[in-house]
Amino acid sequence: MAEPIVRIDGLRKSFGALAVTNDVALDVMPGELHALIGPNGAGKTTLIHQIAGTLRPDAGRVLIDGADLTGAPPAARARAGLARTFQITSIIPSLDALGNVALAAQARAKRPLRLFGRVAADEALNGEARAALAAVGLSTRAAVPAGRLSHGEKRALEIAMALAMGPKVLLLDEPMAGVGREESGRIVELLRSLKGRYALLLVEHDMEAVFSLADRISVLVYGEVIASGTPQAIRSDPAVRAAYLGDEAA
Amino acid sequence: MSAEATGAGAAPPAPRRALALDGVSPLVLLALFGLFPLVAIATGQTYWLSLVNRIVIMAIAALSLDLILGVGGLVSFGHAAFVGIGAYTAGIMVDGGRGDLLLVLPVALALAAAFGAFTGAASLRTKGVAFIMITLAFGQMAFFFSQALYAYGGDDGLTLFERSTVAGFPVLENKVAFFYVSLGFLAAAYTLVRAIVGSRFGRALQGARDNPVRVASFGFDVFRIRLAAYVMSGMLASVAGVLLANQAEFVSPAYMAWQRSGELIFMIIIGGLGSLWGAVLGAAAFLLLEEALSGFSEHWKLAFGVLIVLFVLFTRGGLADLLRRLTSRGGARG
Repeated sequence: MAEPIVRIDGLRKSFGALAVTNDVALDVMPGELHALIGPNGAGKTTLIHQIAGTLRPDAGRVLIDGADLTGAPPAARARAGLARTFQITSIIPSLDALGNVALAAQARAKRPLRLFGRVAADEALNGEARAALAAVGLSTRAAVPAGRLSHGEKRALEIAMALAMGPKVLLLDEPMAGVGREESGRIVELLRSLKGRYALLLVEHDMEAVFSLADRISVLVYGEVIASGTPQAIRSDPAVRAAYLGDEAA
Repeated sequence: MSAEATGAGAAPPAPRRALALDGVSPLVLLALFGLFPLVAIATGQTYWLSLVNRIVIMAIAALSLDLILGVGGLVSFGHAAFVGIGAYTAGIMVDGGRGDLLLVLPVALALAAAFGAFTGAASLRTKGVAFIMITLAFGQMAFFFSQALYAYGGDDGLTLFERSTVAGFPVLENKVAFFYVSLGFLAAAYTLVRAIVGSRFGRALQGARDNPVRVASFGFDVFRIRLAAYVMSGMLASVAGVLLANQAEFVSPAYMAWQRSGELIFMIIIGGLGSLWGAVLGAAAFLLLEEALSGFSEHWKLAFGVLIVLFVLFTRGGLADLLRRLTSRGGARG
C-alpha cells in the first residue's frame, strides 16, 4: 500500500461557538486527484488555511509526505512539497510571467538567495520556468508583466508557479474562479494533463469540472465530511443530494 | 560587429534605447560628477565643490535607503540613525587618535550591522504604520543616546580637528582628493546595490514587496530576506556617515534627528523609488534646492514643501522616470 502524500486527521477549528472544521479526516494518494466540494459556508476556505499553514487548527494533525507539519508556517510546508494556488489570484505584478515562475523555482534551488550573478540570466531557473510556462500554455507570454495578463492567463500562471516548485502535492483553491467558459475549458484540460503526475487536492465550485476530473470527491457540509468516494458514488449518495446537489439536481 | 553597430545606429528601436538608458544614465551622471572639480577649480568656485561633495555623500545614504524602501517596500523612518552611527564612529575615533579610514570603516560597518540586526529583528515583525513607528522610535533612541555622549560634546556635538587618514596618508585634507574618494565610494555603492537588486536575493526581496504571502508560499523566509536587506542597507548608510563627519569636520546629534530620516525619504521619492540612480538624482535635487531656496528667505522650507507636493503629484516615477521619458522621446525623434 502506498502512503498518502497528504493526510489530515481529526482536524478541528472553532471560531467562538461555531465549529467551522469539525473532526475532518482527508487524504490524497500519490497521483490522485481528490476534489473537495461543499456549499458556501461549509468551511472549505478554513480547511485550506489549515492545510496551507495560514491558520492553526485547534486539534488534529496535518501530515505532508509523512512529516507532521501541523503547526509549521507556509514556507516550511512549501519546502516539504506542498505547492498551492490561491482563490484570489496571487501573483507578483511587477515581475514578468517568466520572473514569477523562476522565483518559484528559485526557492528550492541551491543557494536560493545568492547576492551576486544576474538572476535574469540565470539559465537553470529560466529553463525550469520556461518548462512550467509551456506546461500551462503560456510560453508566448513569458515576457509580459504578470500584472498585464488576462484573468484566465493569471490563473494559469498560478498553476505554473506551483509546478515550478517541484511539488509532491498541489493544493488548488478554486482555479476556475471568475474564469470565462472558454478559458475554464482550457484549465480543465490543463488539470487533466497534471492528473497521475502529481497528487492534487482540488477545491472547486464548477461541478461539471469536478465530476469529470476527480478520482475521489469529499463533500464538506457545516464543517464535516458527510461523504467521500468516487464521482459515481457521490452523485448517487442521498445525503449529498439532500445537503448539496439537491437544488441543482431538481 | 561593425555592421551590427551601424545597424543599431541607423534604425534605433525606441524601446530598446529606453532600456539601455538605464545602464547609460548612471555612467553619464558619474562622468558629470567626475568632471565637476575641474570646472570648480577652473572657475574658482571651490565653495560649490564642498556642496557637490555633500551631494555625493548623501547620495550614498539615499541609495542605501532605496534598497529597503524602493526595492523592498519597507518604509524605514529611522535611517538617519545609521548615518549617525557612521558619523559618530568617525568623530570619536578621530578624536581618540585612531581615525584612519581603514580602521574607522570596519568599526562603523560592524556597529551599523549590530544596530541593524537588533532593530530590524524587532521592527520587521510588524508591517505598515507599525513598522514606520518602530523604526522612528529606534531612530529617536539613537538620537537621544548621542545627545547623552557628554564626553563627545553631548548636544553641542564634536568638532574634528583633523580628518581621517587613509592608510596613514592625509588624503582627505585635500578637497579635490576627498571629492574623488567620495565619488569612488558612490560608484562602488551603486555597483554593489545594482548587483544585489539584480541577484536572486534582489528578486526575492522585490517579490516580497509586491506579495509577501505568495513569496512565503514558495518556501522563502520573508522575514530573513528583509532582515538581511535591512542590515546591508544600514551598513551602507554608515559609510555615508563616516564620509559626512569628515567632510563637515563636525558631528552632532542632529545627524540622527528624525527630520534627517524624512529628508532621505524625500530624496528617493523625488528621484524615483527603487530606480537606484534616482536616489542619486534625488539627493542632488534636494540639496541643490535647499541651497537655492535658503538663499532667498528664511522661510524657504515653505516653498520647498510646495515644490515637493507639486512634484509628487505631477511625476509618477520621479526624476529618473522623467529623464527617461524625455530622453527616449528625443531618441525617437532623432
